[in-house]
Amino acid sequence: MFRIDFNKLRFLVCDDNPHMRRILRTLLHSFGAREVYEAEDGATALEMYSHYVPDIVITDWAMPIFDGLELAQMIRQPESKGNPYAPIIMLTGHSEKRRVTVARDAGVTEFLAKPISAKGLYQRILNVVANPRPFIKTKTYFGPDRRRNTNSAYMGPERRVGEKHEVLQQPSLLDKARSTI
Amino acid sequence: MAKNSAKDIEVKAFATHQIITQPNPLRKVLRRVDEKDLDDPVGRAEQALASLSGEFKDWMTIEVNRLSAAYVAIRNDGFTRERRDELFHAAHDIKGDAATFGYPAASGIAESLCRVIEHAPDLEKVPAELFTHHINAILAIVHENTKLDTISVSAELSRRLRKVADDYLTQVNRDRPEHLEVILAPSIAPAE
Repeated sequence: MFRIDFNKLRFLVCDDNPHMRRILRTLLHSFGAREVYEAEDGATALEMYSHYVPDIVITDWAMPIFDGLELAQMIRQPESKGNPYAPIIMLTGHSEKRRVTVARDAGVTEFLAKPISAKGLYQRILNVVANPRPFIKTKTYFGPDRRRNTNSAYMGPERRVGEKHEVLQQPSLLDKARSTI
Repeated sequence: MAKNSAKDIEVKAFATHQIITQPNPLRKVLRRVDEKDLDDPVGRAEQALASLSGEFKDWMTIEVNRLSAAYVAIRNDGFTRERRDELFHAAHDIKGDAATFGYPAASGIAESLCRVIEHAPDLEKVPAELFTHHINAILAIVHENTKLDTISVSAELSRRLRKVADDYLTQVNRDRPEHLEVILAPSIAPAE
């Protein structure tokens, strides 16, 4: 069994709602985290991301100036001087399948639909710490490997060419979003 | 700590893509513990969340007042992009927060309101009662939630408002299949 030393992790929390930031801060501190930085909009979050170099980003989707999706896209710039590989957990009230797909295609690592629970948040953090995925760079995408399903017969759009078929044995982002853990 | 140096990053190039791997930069924070380890970070966090619960009613009151003010602005001066966005964000925040704050029925009603705002083809043509019934129901649930006998009423109210809103959205989107698909798709939000 593994535990996370939260006191060695640095978090950046981005949510425009002060009540949700308070809840996230409370949960992370209870897990043992000491360094939790907070931003109330995407622009401030990006600035803090460059300045504090967090290990994990937890962001809302709907925010002023630019939203959590745009924040993810700006972090996932392969040529940037900052760290484009940090795990991004999107915590959002959006709960439609197409939203999960859009978030995945923006480079989000994990998706957590509100209402938030201590267990759900802990499991997402454990997963990004213990099971990091390789990154994929194509003409249109840079982010964690989106393949999680074992469909070796898939020949549709965005089928990769030139490598032996390989998949990650993890539940899909959508299936995980549907469950509380 | 989260970033490896460039020499640790391995890039395999293929015809259409690159696969980039690196040693797990967070491996140092993982610690193997005995199965009998009694530390329970999730339980600790749940207790901390429960200790905040005394503030939840005040927080919900702030959220519903914001929703109410957003709609009053629209009723007085009509829809603009900014007013529409403020109404949506206020409802969306309640949708996401209310269940955590102990008002799951309010969350369901706020979700229904978000769907009306997001999928109605013309907000000016939405019957005003559809907005006011949603908003008044959320206000009533928050103000009356301390009475146990109102909980089942709240759930029934939420269910009926959702049905009325969905019937309206299905009717006005009959020629917009991309919206109909989203309206009829099941939610991925975790069950209560």
